[in-house]
Amino acid sequence: MSIDSEWAIPGLKNRFLLISLAAVAIFLLLLCRLWYLQIINTERYSELSEKNRIRYLPISAARGPIFDRDGKLLVDTRPSFDVAIMRQDMDDKDLLLERLAYYLDADTETLGRNWKSGVGFPAYRPVPLAEDVGRDAMERIQENSVDLPGVLTEVRSIRAYPYADFAAHIFGYLGEITERELQTRGGEGYRGGDFVGKSGVENLLEPYLRGSEGQRRLEVDVKGKELRQLIVREPMPGNRVYLSLRHDLQLAAETAFGDQAGSAVVLDVRTGEILALVSRPAFNPELFARGITGPEWIALLQDPRHPLQDKAIKGQYPPGSTFKIVTALAALEAGVVTPSTSYDCEGSMTLGDSKFRCWKKRGHGRTDLEKALRESCDVWFYKAGLETGIDRLSEMAFALGLGARTGFPLDGEKDGLIPTKQWKRKRFRAPWYNGETVIAAIGQGYVLTTPLQLAVMTAAVANGGTVLQPTLIKRVEDWQGKELLPSERMISNTVQLRPGNLAAVRRGLEAVVNAPHGTGWASRLDGVKVAGKTGTAQVVRLKSDEEKEKEKDEKEEPYRFRDHALFVAYAPAAAPEIAVSVVVEHGEHGGSAAAPIARNILETYFGLGTQTPVGEPGDAGD
Amino acid sequence: MFDRRLLTHFDWVLLLMIGLIACVGILNLYSATASWSAATPVYLKQISWLGIGLLIAFAICIFDYRHLEYLGFLFYGINILLLLFVLFFGKTSMGATRWIDLGFFQLQPSEIMKIVIIITLARYFGDRGNLRGHTFSELLPPFLLLGFPALLIMKQPDLGTAMLVLFIGGTMALFAGIRRGTLAVLSVLGTAAAVGGWFLLHDYQKERIRTFLNPERDPLGSGYHIIQSKIAVGSGGFFGKGFMEGTQSQLSFLPERHTDFAFSVFAEEWGFAGCLVLLLLYLLVILWGIYIARRSSDRFGMYLALGVVAMLFWHMVVNLGMVIGLLPVVGVPLPLFSYGGTSMITTMIGVGLLLNISMRRFMF
Repeated sequence: MSIDSEWAIPGLKNRFLLISLAAVAIFLLLLCRLWYLQIINTERYSELSEKNRIRYLPISAARGPIFDRDGKLLVDTRPSFDVAIMRQDMDDKDLLLERLAYYLDADTETLGRNWKSGVGFPAYRPVPLAEDVGRDAMERIQENSVDLPGVLTEVRSIRAYPYADFAAHIFGYLGEITERELQTRGGEGYRGGDFVGKSGVENLLEPYLRGSEGQRRLEVDVKGKELRQLIVREPMPGNRVYLSLRHDLQLAAETAFGDQAGSAVVLDVRTGEILALVSRPAFNPELFARGITGPEWIALLQDPRHPLQDKAIKGQYPPGSTFKIVTALAALEAGVVTPSTSYDCEGSMTLGDSKFRCWKKRGHGRTDLEKALRESCDVWFYKAGLETGIDRLSEMAFALGLGARTGFPLDGEKDGLIPTKQWKRKRFRAPWYNGETVIAAIGQGYVLTTPLQLAVMTAAVANGGTVLQPTLIKRVEDWQGKELLPSERMISNTVQLRPGNLAAVRRGLEAVVNAPHGTGWASRLDGVKVAGKTGTAQVVRLKSDEEKEKEKDEKEEPYRFRDHALFVAYAPAAAPEIAVSVVVEHGEHGGSAAAPIARNILETYFGLGTQTPVGEPGDAGD
Repeated sequence: MFDRRLLTHFDWVLLLMIGLIACVGILNLYSATASWSAATPVYLKQISWLGIGLLIAFAICIFDYRHLEYLGFLFYGINILLLLFVLFFGKTSMGATRWIDLGFFQLQPSEIMKIVIIITLARYFGDRGNLRGHTFSELLPPFLLLGFPALLIMKQPDLGTAMLVLFIGGTMALFAGIRRGTLAVLSVLGTAAAVGGWFLLHDYQKERIRTFLNPERDPLGSGYHIIQSKIAVGSGGFFGKGFMEGTQSQLSFLPERHTDFAFSVFAEEWGFAGCLVLLLLYLLVILWGIYIARRSSDRFGMYLALGVVAMLFWHMVVNLGMVIGLLPVVGVPLPLFSYGGTSMITTMIGVGLLLNISMRRFMF
């Protein structure tokens, strides 16, 4: 029963129809909008929703381990527990840092500083706040993650050096990638904050050691709290590097140095493989792995004994009497002397107005080649060198691998210096003088060599004239044991030496160590015949006689003016296997300071155990 | 005295539709707040509010709605006093002063005003059966009746509620009929007021409107709500991500997902298909409400029903429009869907009035 008639407004029906239609129309409009969002744009919004909840985080790859030639682990990685913060997920920064400081047992200021250093980062990139916090702190953080919105914990692998400063210069160190490295290595997937090899093997084999990082996918809520995580891609650890080093030899050499500064190189004379390469003092690469501090870095840089420098390849020393091997071979090959050529040594030789002294004031008397080498008679070599001439001396030196980089794979090898007439003309615009030939003949004057070059030369003498390029990398394997980078024996040069001449020199070198008056007596071994040559390199050149007299009155010369002590050796003398060169900075006498270190190395190599030093050195004057 | 016809004429259809929507709403709240740990889960609280709301609705059914015709102005007066009280002594929360603290309950007079203005205007328009539409002078009293409380509410500030009050009144006036000339003048005045009103808005309100026009200008601030809500709705696709599987809501990217943005949760989990069904249900309630108005036995009842329908309709449209990025975010709940006691009770009072009018359509 409609009662429209009673109170009706005209056209009421139409009005009801109209508002009903209006309502339907507005609902249709809403539906259209929903259609637009949910059907037409579903993909776009799905993607945005994924982006909202998913964080992709890299998993750092463990860097490849480094072994010695026998598979002894020398450099490893260990987990470092790091704490970072995702700025887009946190709310109250100050409160958060305060809480973190409490859980980490750190101070808020340090955290605040680290926080500031990440200010320029994009919001989705975690800002590192604390590194290597330890497992306990890590667990505290994870347990209290509800209080710490935006805080991420990450496990990064960092370099571990179980033997502290052992072979530090060979391994080198890691450091955070620089802006420039990022540009040059941009294509290789490096990112800011990555650690890369800065020196040594770490730098040389960076592409092999690095591995490839993995990725994990985190589902997070709006506060960045981890809800679930999935590994998307496992990281691939770096490859395994086997060095040609022998851990025991390296250790023996380093130990033998004690507190002394200097360098030792041990080579396999048959292959050119480096068995030990010592530079002392050294540094602990762990400092760099965990991030070196400013003061630590400055202390290393300013240390007068240069712990960062690899003295084996960068140290350039006058070779002193070890150079007499070169002079002897040059003179013999030039035919100016024979093994039986004798000179009289009366303690000095006069040339023009100059008087060149023998280290032995009384003189050696009648001296032939063997005696000259054995007792390191300067006068014999002055005369032989003068006869040979500088150019033939330098030619032999170059041929034996001195005065130029050996081709050793590590960065920064120095050339040393072998003077020639031409060099002097170019360098000083001055003619060459005979007096300069005289002092060059005993490894003084302009002559500079690196310990590595001396080892290469010694190896060439030992193996009959083959100058080998020293190698350090034995092989690189992936984790399945597949060889990626085999070692190669590389010959730099073959020196044609008449067998008689070489034999004569080698006889002399054997006498240095084994004859009663030999200067290398201190490296003599029971059971294995060692051949060698001592040397003393003057640090202060061209001292006047007056100065020398004055110095004799003073009991102690200041450390930095003391002569360097050198010794080169190979063994066994008859069928040589290894060559050794040792330089002890400011060690004064090769026979007393350097030879014992070589002896320790040789003992270890031949498995002889520690022998007591044998008697008195004959004449440790050189 | 009780008329048996009241029972036989009870509007089961309306109750069923309201019940259905409320159940879906509670299910949705269950999903939206599943990850929360609270002593009393939100959905349980909402169930109790629904229970209380139903009791109120039934209570309203008991007496004849026509008594309200005489009580309307009294309610209006009291409500204005309450609004003034709020203005001077109200409880401030989150920068707005909207509540009177009654200890056990936070009374929000602006919410009650929605109902009171419906009753007041229903009486005004019901009394005047104008054949040729209302003139300007005839519209002045309802305009004042509407404008005063609207201003008070805007002052709180509560732009959303003030707007709703104006929309409800406007809808009722429009239905009552306005002369063409008057309508034209009003349109011009309305536009001018909107422009002028811009300068009366609080900074945050202006900011919301600016952000609405371009959410990306402040993606982490006030634009965040709209962006996240659109992502939730859009990523739902046709069939949705599934119940309790909405990542936007379950992982808390969606702010206020149990109150103003409850529909976004639903849209994400049930997709376009679910939204279509829900919107149809809401539309059916609206059309059924209009049907009740049409069949009501007197003009007061008709306007009353229309007012309630307008209230429900504008709540739905403003809320839905806001979460899908068609309207600025103004904090208007979706009836029966958004969590909240006040909203539920206001809605159920409206539903009670509709039931009341519907079952008394044969009373003459």
